Amino acid sequence: MSNPTSSRCAACKYLRRRCPQDCICSPYFPSNDPQRFAYVHKIYGASNVGKLLQQLPERARFEAVESLYYEALCRIQDPVYGCAGIVSWLQQQIHDVESEIAKTRAEITVFLNSNISISELNTQHPQTDDMGMENLSNKHKGPL
Amino acid sequence: MSSSNSSYNSPCAACKFLRRKCMPGCIFAPYFPPEEPQKFVNVHKIFGASNVTKLLNELPPHQREDAVNSLAYEAEARVRDPVYGCVGAISFLQRQVQRLQKELDAANADLIRYAYNGAIPPSALPPGTTSMQPVLPVARRRSSMEFAADPGSISNGGGGFFQPPPYSLPWDNNLSGDINGGGGGGGSMI
Repeated sequence: MSNPTSSRCAACKYLRRRCPQDCICSPYFPSNDPQRFAYVHKIYGASNVGKLLQQLPERARFEAVESLYYEALCRIQDPVYGCAGIVSWLQQQIHDVESEIAKTRAEITVFLNSNISISELNTQHPQTDDMGMENLSNKHKGPL
Repeated sequence: MSSSNSSYNSPCAACKFLRRKCMPGCIFAPYFPPEEPQKFVNVHKIFGASNVTKLLNELPPHQREDAVNSLAYEAEARVRDPVYGCVGAISFLQRQVQRLQKELDAANADLIRYAYNGAIPPSALPPGTTSMQPVLPVARRRSSMEFAADPGSISNGGGGFFQPPPYSLPWDNNLSGDINGGGGGGGSMI
């Protein structure tokens, strides 16, 4: 038994074939989204998609088709690098952000060290130096 | 003499696998050497030889090597993880970038805190000591991901920096953690 012509899935419509009741593509390539199958078919081919889906348990097939569609879209947009280009770009992003984190932490260390040095200087030259303070106050006595 | 391999030398991995004569000018020969059979096996399994031929024919020769390598990468990812393929790695890396960005934001906040709160007023300095007022951090760090490439252009086609597509992953919140065992999650396969 096959689906009536009007309810063929997008895959069978594209391939101009009858759409059987148990068509493996039918749940994942609805007829109202022909472009989805067109992209996947262009990159992977119908038989490869069918084989791939058959190897998977039914519960995993929807996710698999989603990822195939995404990869096909990437490849059509960027025929040279496809999805691999995005992986490379993300790896570069990770490297850049890690470098920024390292730089920021180094600057924090500089601040911490400079604050410690000043504190140490303060303890070596305490503010309760009576000679210095008295001299200053003596200098400033008298009419202004 | 033709520079491409073949019929006198060992056939390329593609022709060996397909059990056909490797002719001079074989489109696969430069990119599928006989000592890397698995590369073609994976690519053929996922994409099919005729699809790869069509893809390569649509590209200028100087871009074909990169195209084949990226196809091989995606094919291997798909063989390892038949459900998510390369997309699993993308999802993993995106989460890593987000985590690191938060870490950077926290580090920047710490830095600013130290810069403002750690300042020592000049009156507290011993005589002869120059002011150690900290310099405010230069506002050069980004707080969100930058897109270094031209936002209007998706298809670079020429190597270098890559632009992510203008569409988000369909399951950014749905993927479980089971991606590392799949498509080379995060590893440098390129």
